[in-house]
Amino acid sequence: MSDAKLLTPKTSIHTQSPRTKRRNAAETRFKVFGMIAISIGLLMLVALMGTILSKGIGAFQQSFITMEVELLEAKLDKKGNRNLSDIKKVTTFGYTPLIKNAFAKAVKDQGIETDLKTKDMAKMLSKSAAAQLRNVVIDNPQKIGQTIKFRFLANSRIDGYLKGRVSRESIANDKNVSVAQLDFADQLLKAGVLKKTFNIDFIIGADASDQRPEAAGIGVAMMGSLFMMLVVLGLSLPIGVAASIYLEEFAPKNWITDVIEVNISNLAAVPSIVFGILGLAVFINYMHLPQSAPLVGGLVLTLMTLPTIIISTRASLKSVPPSIRDAALGVGASKMQSVFHHVLPLAAPGILTGTIIGLGQALGETAPLLLIGMIGFIASNMPTTIGEGLLSPNSAMPAQIYEWAKRADPAFYERAWGGIIILLVFLVSMNTLAVILRRRFERRW
Amino acid sequence: MPLTWLVLILLTLVGLGFILGRRRALRSANGDARLLHSRPHFYGANVALSTLVPSLGVLVIWLLLQPVLIDRSVSHMIPPEMVPADTTLGLVMSDVRRVAEGLDVAVARGVMSERDSNTLRTELTDLRARLGEVGVALGQDVRPEVLSAAQSYRRLSHAGTMGMTLVVLAVAIAGFGFSLIQSRKEFRARNVVERGILSLLILAASLAILTTVGIVLSMLFETINFFGLHDWRDFFFGNTWAPNFRGESELSILPLLWGTIYISLIALFVAVPVGLFAAIYLSEYAGPKTRSFAKPLLEILAGIPTIVYGLFALLTVGPMLAGLFGQGGALGVSWMAGATSVLTAGLVMGIMLIPFVSSLSDDIINAVPQSMRDGSLGLGATQSETIRQVVLPAALPGIVGAVLLATSRAVGETMIVVMGAGAIAKFSANPFDSMTTITTRIVSQLTGDGDFSSPETLVAFALGLSLFVLTLGLNVLALYIVRTYREQYE
Amino acid sequence: MFDAPTIGSTVELQDSKITASGVHVFYGDTHAIKDVNVNIAAKTVTAFIGPSGCGKSTFLRCLNRMNDTIDTCRVEGNIHLDGEDIYDRRVDPVQLRAKVGMVFQKPNPFPKSIYDNVAYGARIHGLARNKSELDAIVEKALRRAALWGEVKDRLGAPGTGLSGGQQQRLCIARAVATEPEVLLMDEPCSALDPIATAQVEELIDDLRTRFSVVIVTHSMQQAARVSQKTAFFHLGHLVEFGDTPTIFTNPSDERTESYITGRIG
Repeated sequence: MSDAKLLTPKTSIHTQSPRTKRRNAAETRFKVFGMIAISIGLLMLVALMGTILSKGIGAFQQSFITMEVELLEAKLDKKGNRNLSDIKKVTTFGYTPLIKNAFAKAVKDQGIETDLKTKDMAKMLSKSAAAQLRNVVIDNPQKIGQTIKFRFLANSRIDGYLKGRVSRESIANDKNVSVAQLDFADQLLKAGVLKKTFNIDFIIGADASDQRPEAAGIGVAMMGSLFMMLVVLGLSLPIGVAASIYLEEFAPKNWITDVIEVNISNLAAVPSIVFGILGLAVFINYMHLPQSAPLVGGLVLTLMTLPTIIISTRASLKSVPPSIRDAALGVGASKMQSVFHHVLPLAAPGILTGTIIGLGQALGETAPLLLIGMIGFIASNMPTTIGEGLLSPNSAMPAQIYEWAKRADPAFYERAWGGIIILLVFLVSMNTLAVILRRRFERRW
Repeated sequence: MPLTWLVLILLTLVGLGFILGRRRALRSANGDARLLHSRPHFYGANVALSTLVPSLGVLVIWLLLQPVLIDRSVSHMIPPEMVPADTTLGLVMSDVRRVAEGLDVAVARGVMSERDSNTLRTELTDLRARLGEVGVALGQDVRPEVLSAAQSYRRLSHAGTMGMTLVVLAVAIAGFGFSLIQSRKEFRARNVVERGILSLLILAASLAILTTVGIVLSMLFETINFFGLHDWRDFFFGNTWAPNFRGESELSILPLLWGTIYISLIALFVAVPVGLFAAIYLSEYAGPKTRSFAKPLLEILAGIPTIVYGLFALLTVGPMLAGLFGQGGALGVSWMAGATSVLTAGLVMGIMLIPFVSSLSDDIINAVPQSMRDGSLGLGATQSETIRQVVLPAALPGIVGAVLLATSRAVGETMIVVMGAGAIAKFSANPFDSMTTITTRIVSQLTGDGDFSSPETLVAFALGLSLFVLTLGLNVLALYIVRTYREQYE
Repeated sequence: MFDAPTIGSTVELQDSKITASGVHVFYGDTHAIKDVNVNIAAKTVTAFIGPSGCGKSTFLRCLNRMNDTIDTCRVEGNIHLDGEDIYDRRVDPVQLRAKVGMVFQKPNPFPKSIYDNVAYGARIHGLARNKSELDAIVEKALRRAALWGEVKDRLGAPGTGLSGGQQQRLCIARAVATEPEVLLMDEPCSALDPIATAQVEELIDDLRTRFSVVIVTHSMQQAARVSQKTAFFHLGHLVEFGDTPTIFTNPSDERTESYITGRIG
């Protein structure tokens, strides 16, 4: 008794001993480390999102120069018979003078004084300006001879100037734009000829060659992603559900089942690029499926997504209590009937949630797509039929973003960040859908 | 497209089979479904499945085998001495296929008659120009042996497709007829159908195995080809990575492995402490409110595609680091030559792995039984003492498993290193150096213009296989550790 | 010393180690403990009995503020240890728990060696200046827990490798090694077989000479065997508190009688 007293002298619990103070200080330090860690994580999230938004939002706006263009019959349809094949023979070179004239006229009408030559003015337009005009004329030959109001894309340097990316200092070594042109752009801006507005073509349009960042859009790549996701959904959901039902409900507990299970959890952690190699070797080199086709991309992503879907499907099957199965078996249903009539419907919300999350992963995946050739070309044609959508070469959203990030012109970087915003909007909507589904249908047993 | 038609015919048979099978069974019971062994739709399903499954199986197998068999028999037609010295048989075969496809297109467009296409002679026609007209561009003029090989390739393909159509239809009709005759009231349709469905389920489950086998085989064959062309000792033990498309390349995995490991180490150095402390804070200290807000936010970080991190490394972190440590940078140290470096990729990868480590560790820390915390707290330990001396040691195996999984993720990560790490293979301890990794090289060797049978391209498969083996080892080990850990507290 | 002449719920103040008055405990909206007044005497074994969910464990956990670890738990009323309010703002629960140790229902040895398990408390509270003092503390605690003979040759073996009864005695050794003044035991034998239970009960009787022991138990026989004082809880109320023989032979409340005779519970 007395030695115990020696070791812990009777102390008041209302006063902290020095040792307790030290220990509490250590406690506080430890807790602060935790807070710092959380803050670092959240800070990174904020930094990432901030960067994406601040750099990418500009892609949704574009600078346009609006002018009245006189579609001279003498230039565009010399025979005057509005024969489409004749009109098509006039190349973009035939349209360039019209644009130059229109520019000169606009300058005169607005009373802008400038020393800039018309040739240099026209260079401020996108390289696709003439093609833009030509497409409109080919679609509406009856407009030849009229004067129409037309909105031309300004080239990426002028666009960058309006967005603050290009300044008089930064163009010192730039052959594509001069200080005089920027001065002139200021005048045009004041006159309202040059304007920055929302640019729907970025969202629905096609990619453009690396000379024309201002015309590049992500729409076609979006279709590529859509078709890939259709393939992934159409294959991985039924196969994944079938595999899970077997493993969870029917598989005997033996080494084969064990091997399959270990195999599936390992497949879920295999680097995605390995699936790309598999796709290249099997689907393209062996089966000779077309390169760059969304079908192949979809197949590769299916193999990649399957383990994820199987794992989540098994979890939701497992969460259905055995009593449900017993109840069905008890009234004389076969095992198969009890699974398909009772267990599967009850597990459906969970399966759906897992599938959406798996699709989200597949949608953002890039590495395997690089290997099966979904980069390196300009995705310019909107697919018109399902077959074409699946088989004709296309890009996908993340591959398109990578493609833009690789190009030399910084104007494409804005496109890349903008593409990420669109990609993230898709991912966030899919995940929100998954969360809503889970909240709405989740059952607690 | 005959394949589409074939599938459509099959589907029609299936639909028809369902209706007829059901009706026939009912008729055998004089319309009284109660007299049937199984419910009527099982009889229909039996006919439908018997029609579809065997025929579809035959179709798939045929589609898989036909190209190999045709390739093999056609490649016999090209004598080895006809293969030019600078290429391989594989390249000649791909020429043959292109010409064959070109002829197909030409016939389909009506530019050439079917008979013409089979009797064409290179001496008489400029085939390259004629195919160019229909949009099939050929790299060089067609040699006579290639054309004749292409012609027999086409003949075999046509014969094969024809044979396939006939066989598949025959199998389908046989299944249809046989199962329809079976559809009488005493037939145990449900049992048969359920057995059929079960085997389909098994088939789906074994696809996972098939994928793994596919991964291993596809890489193994090409790797063996690679080692036939390149010394395996140089690959595993050399010290230089210098691909040269004119030959004489030095292709050693070691410098790439070093880059991979170095970047992964930096990533883990960032992710493990931050992720672990975040998990500790969330599971031990944070109130339900903080938890419900911080945890999903951290998980967003995990859901962001790697291309986003890659772009972040390339356009934000890289230039920022270069601005600090580069030439004329804010610190005036000139340590960094460009924006891409081990540090750039490592830091960004670390950010990516934070939520991965934290959510895995969170699960693992939560699995430590509360009674253990109570025991420590009941003795008068502070919370941090409890965590450091009781919870973490108890959770250690699980945390080790989580870190191994994170390592495997880091080693296999592609986009961040492709965009942030650089392309120079070297042994260097300087984190500001640009270095390259296994995954980066796989991408660049396979997306380059090199031909598909050169060692410079094939090395990608050897790299891929090494990567697969490496990550597989890490995963198996990690999953094993985590599993034994979980069982300990269940 | 034991069998102190006390009647009803009044205990001589100088004998009281812990006094609780007007204690209410809430879990969120649930009112778990309702107006409990009890005095725990020094060097006595006090048993809390009652049917499941009656609040006896909850109340026990209030005595060393283990309830602090549950977010939704709220305690009202006064609990004094040696005349000092343990829910005072100045109190550090860590220091309190060094004085009021606890042994839990399920044996919960740490995933460490037997030695480290026992030395744990002494280490965190800095009770030993050097290795030999620590060795002495460990040995003494293990001896008190009647475990020394069984484990002295394998102190480095993991504590989790012991049998259930040994594990629980290890946990008791771990608790007594920090030299607490009060030892709270929450159904310490519920996970043990009869032989191990007998060993632990014997141990509790020994411990009484040095500590105040409060034991929550499901088994009335156990309460009768080991305790001098018994408190009967029912639906969050302290129904009756008094000398163990009185409670078991001549309870004043009919609920106590019903419980003891097995009609409720």
